[in-house]
Amino acid sequence: MQIFLPIAEVSVNAFTLVGLGGLVGLMSGLFGVGGGFLITPLLFFIGIPPAIAVATGANQVVASSVSGVLAHVKRKTVDFRMGGVLLAGGLIGSWLGVWVFNLLQSAGQVDLVVQLCYVVFLGLIGMMMLQESIRALRRSKNATYRRRLHQHMWVHRWPVKMKFRASGLYISVFPPLLVGLAVGVLAAIMGVGGGFIMVPAMIYLLGVPTKVVVGTSLFQIIFVTAFTTVMHAVSYNTVDIMLALLLIVGGVVGAQVGTTLGARLRAEQLRILLALLVLLVCGKLALDLVLRPDELYSITSGIE
Amino acid sequence: MRRIAAFLLALSFCGATNAQSPDTGTGQTEGEAVPVYPVTVFPPSPESEDKEQRGERVVAGLSQDSVGITARYDRMDILIYGAIKREAPIPSGSLDVIVTVEAPSRPLTIWRKERKAGIWINSEKVEIGAAPGFYAVASSAPLDEILQPDWDRRYRISLPLALRAYAGQIAVKDAVPFTEALIRIRESNGLYRLDEGAVKLVDQTLFRADVRLPANLIEGDYKTRIFLLRDGKVIDVYRAPIEVRKVGLERWLYRLAFDQPLVYGLMSLAVAVFAGWGASAAFRKLRRV
Repeated sequence: MQIFLPIAEVSVNAFTLVGLGGLVGLMSGLFGVGGGFLITPLLFFIGIPPAIAVATGANQVVASSVSGVLAHVKRKTVDFRMGGVLLAGGLIGSWLGVWVFNLLQSAGQVDLVVQLCYVVFLGLIGMMMLQESIRALRRSKNATYRRRLHQHMWVHRWPVKMKFRASGLYISVFPPLLVGLAVGVLAAIMGVGGGFIMVPAMIYLLGVPTKVVVGTSLFQIIFVTAFTTVMHAVSYNTVDIMLALLLIVGGVVGAQVGTTLGARLRAEQLRILLALLVLLVCGKLALDLVLRPDELYSITSGIE
Repeated sequence: MRRIAAFLLALSFCGATNAQSPDTGTGQTEGEAVPVYPVTVFPPSPESEDKEQRGERVVAGLSQDSVGITARYDRMDILIYGAIKREAPIPSGSLDVIVTVEAPSRPLTIWRKERKAGIWINSEKVEIGAAPGFYAVASSAPLDEILQPDWDRRYRISLPLALRAYAGQIAVKDAVPFTEALIRIRESNGLYRLDEGAVKLVDQTLFRADVRLPANLIEGDYKTRIFLLRDGKVIDVYRAPIEVRKVGLERWLYRLAFDQPLVYGLMSLAVAVFAGWGASAAFRKLRRV
């Protein structure tokens, strides 16, 4: 069934979009990533103009994150206080990021910087996670090793300490604030919610337990992507509500299935899966940059 | 009465000027919404045309003169049909018909990637002031056999000529590969099309052509031109507009997005939040049952 999108001005298959939304929703529920880093390239691939893909992707991520976070709230795996601190940093960060984005745009080459950002960050995070989770899996197989409640790292010695009960942490507010800020900057430049950076940062930098990470990250992503959606709609008119609705229909169902599935799988296995997925996307993007493209020319609308 | 006389005068004046400088591509005649009579139907002035060919004219119609884009819009065929009107017997020489359908033009930039420090990045660009978003040429025989180059240039019929002027200074040595790439990319997307032989001509009198409009249609006033050719020369042109507009829900959403962006953005958010909450609630119910 073909459907014509009013803002994107293209006609696409409605079932393809619902399926796409479902796939990304599944990721969202399973891993706590918003799925922006997957949905945006997938939308390019089916012929949606880049600006519209980014803005509408953000809108879709709001829906799947709301759906996912509600399931986590039920299971009491959201640390609202931690989420609030991260969000405060995130909003400042995304404001900064938009400013940097505009600088890049006036200098040209914004596509390249975005792509390079993807390759570098996805590569680093994917490798880190894969290494960590394989080690963790080996340890738990030996069964003699008992993991400490949380590890003390250098970030835990900073001042202005705060209790994060749901995470079982008593740490300074600055590390989560800075993590939120850094993720906000990157999210605005890369046009994603930032979950794929947030999740590992929370696990490895802040020492938040994996169970709480997913719900808390989703909670923070809702607000960052909601902010992004309205910004895009107001300043560039690039949110396509029809496209968003179709993605959402698939996405919310996918998110629910993902959350249920996630409760049954083991945290280490989940992390290996996410790490492999991140590396896969990274590898594809890196190849696109290095290999000679089939078509050297590209068309962008408008002139400077 | 005086007004009608003035109107007729204006028309004949247009006809005369049109015969001398047939088409600069963006003449005022095309800007009019719905011309009562396509101006170029008036006989070209005798100086510029052969006497024996003066008698042949195109009369044509379209299956649709407006296209409404609804949510269910997909590709659409427009049938262009017509006849060649003449009062004298059929003259000798080959007779051919070319039909073009053209979407409104927009400016664009063509980039070329280059390898720098191991990665492929956009380096050189050429800016085009106006290129049609969609352009289809249908003809009764291969273009190079039926259309002389100078007539092609005059009416900007073939694809490369349909692209209008470059915008600003060209920084590259050779801009031709860039425009070729534009045509190549848009041809593979189905936006630019050359269908040689798609115009069916019967007994040198009746003709028809089906032109398929693409799935990703842009709004605006499309132009249809029908060229009648004798021995490679254009002897008559018929023009008709096709109005392409979004309708219904499509129109409402589009207007809201541009007139009330904040309302539209918040509405998009509300839809997202509601859908997320709804799915969560529904799944909880499902699990309990």
